[in-house]
Amino acid sequence: MSLEAFPQSRLAAIIESDLFYKFRTSWITVGAFVVTLVIVLAAVLAPWIAPHDPFDVSTLSLWDSELPPVWAEGGDPRFLLGTDNQGRDVFSAILYGSRISLAVGFVSVAFAMVIGIVIGLVSGYFGGAIDAFFMRIADVMLSFPTILVALLVSGIVRGALPREMHDSAALIVLVFAITVTTWVQYARTVRSSTMVERSREYVYAAQLVGRKPFAILFSHILPNVMGPVLVIATINLAMAILIEATLSFLGVGMPPTNPSLGTLIRVGNEYLFSGVWWVVIFPSLTLVALVLAVNLLGDWLRDALNPKLR
Amino acid sequence: MIAYVLRRLMQSVLVMLAVALIAFSMFRFIGDPVNSMLPENASVEDRQVLREQLGLDQPVTTQFAKFVTGAVQGEFGVSYRNKRAVSEMIAERLPATLELVLAAAVFALLLGVPMGIYAALHPKGFLANTLNVASLIGISVPTFVTGILLILIFSVWLNWLPSFGRGQTVDIGWWSTGFLTVSGLKSLILPAVMLGLFQVTLIMRLVRAEMMEVLRSDFVRFARARGLSNRAVHFGHALGNTLMPVITIVGLQLGSMIAFAIITETVFQWPGMGLLFIQAVSFADIPVMSAYLVLVALVFVAINMIVDLLYFAIDPRLSVRA
Repeated sequence: MSLEAFPQSRLAAIIESDLFYKFRTSWITVGAFVVTLVIVLAAVLAPWIAPHDPFDVSTLSLWDSELPPVWAEGGDPRFLLGTDNQGRDVFSAILYGSRISLAVGFVSVAFAMVIGIVIGLVSGYFGGAIDAFFMRIADVMLSFPTILVALLVSGIVRGALPREMHDSAALIVLVFAITVTTWVQYARTVRSSTMVERSREYVYAAQLVGRKPFAILFSHILPNVMGPVLVIATINLAMAILIEATLSFLGVGMPPTNPSLGTLIRVGNEYLFSGVWWVVIFPSLTLVALVLAVNLLGDWLRDALNPKLR
Repeated sequence: MIAYVLRRLMQSVLVMLAVALIAFSMFRFIGDPVNSMLPENASVEDRQVLREQLGLDQPVTTQFAKFVTGAVQGEFGVSYRNKRAVSEMIAERLPATLELVLAAAVFALLLGVPMGIYAALHPKGFLANTLNVASLIGISVPTFVTGILLILIFSVWLNWLPSFGRGQTVDIGWWSTGFLTVSGLKSLILPAVMLGLFQVTLIMRLVRAEMMEVLRSDFVRFARARGLSNRAVHFGHALGNTLMPVITIVGLQLGSMIAFAIITETVFQWPGMGLLFIQAVSFADIPVMSAYLVLVALVFVAINMIVDLLYFAIDPRLSVRA
């Protein structure tokens, strides 16, 4: 067997797998994947593909302010989706905005996942007082709507920080608030699967061999409970983006000097009445497309990994 | 029976005490209340006087006891920002939020229940499929985007409905209502639709699932065997059994609608509690935040308890177990 054959056969295995077949045969899923990919790529490559730098004040001109999109009457070919009241290119602002929205989404999902997995593993494996402690917290948090908990957490953190730090620390506060709000779902899922795995033979075997509890947890049990976690992570990415957008829209998220999609919608909303609809509608459409696409991907992953539906 | 009710009550009281502890710690430990309430150039004596007035020189447990006694009587101190009693500010805003939530719930029921029934009776029909797809999209669109679209279409382009505030209100005692004037009712439409729309999709899916379940059950088959008309079976027998869980869920949803009203009230500048809360969050006005937290938690706990007790009263199997 040559060395080159190995990666190729792995690729072939992926192409022939059930998962990929289910993906390929559902045009909605393929569409959702393409939309997600385009938005993520556009966001990552924003500094290179954006026609203007929306934060470079020297390139802005008030002569260009409130221009409609190209296809509307009075549109300017330099500004694909029109400009806002300061002459900023809406298209470029959306590219940079999705960058922040996606960054907050991915980072807070990663944190929440790690924290939730650790707490879930420990609670499920050891049980007792630790378990009771974390699960009571989870019960209380789950009985209130996520957005309310996130608002409260960010309010508390903002209260603890001096006012001049609110804007510069906005990103960290958002990630913190979303992480604190969403670890619960991972913890609950991992806990219940850990409780099942705990009494499997391979765990007993590992215990007999004398492996330490944490080694058993992370090298033996963890790989067996990861499936549902990935599904939750995908769906929670959509939710994290949505929570971020909502907080920013409510004015307790990203500041207008460093806007996410939610901030753009908030700022654009103020000009709605002068008939300048494009400043608010295009960021909104981007947000809806992103959230819908990621949600559909999550649904597909859930159905594809669900043994009952096979 | 009495033992169960008492135990349930105890549980609720414990949850409320935990929430009160969080609210109290927010007030006591985040920032310095004295610094937040006095101007920066206040003298040391002034600070000391206020410190004693607030009881901050007493042990923490005594302070917590005082906080709880105050909260039970509806006293949450003075807002950092407006220097007014928090209880007064909330009482002013409460009617606006409750009327909004009530209108949204009625709207959601009036639209969601018929749509769900239709989708259950014609599961393969074109309209049912359209409703299903629409509800999927409806769940993915953030509520504030829905609100903005409503404003753009009905206020900016068509100019039919107002897009902010409550219109004219009429005072009945301390309760100011927007139900009695034309401008009040017109201002209510868009916010209620925005807040209710998400619930419509929820209710529709719930009614559809419940109704399809009930239609498969034995008593419906017997009703058909007796030769009853479709109409009598669907609306006389099936619907009644469908609505019980629906009413429970809507009851439970009322709490989260009060929370989601925060977003609606921001979009429409609706002068309710949610707007008050969001202003408090952005100015770190802790007394207002903790009062809102306690109030919303109270609503949640109360609704949950009422639903549990109602189930207990309705379902005889539970009283055997208890």
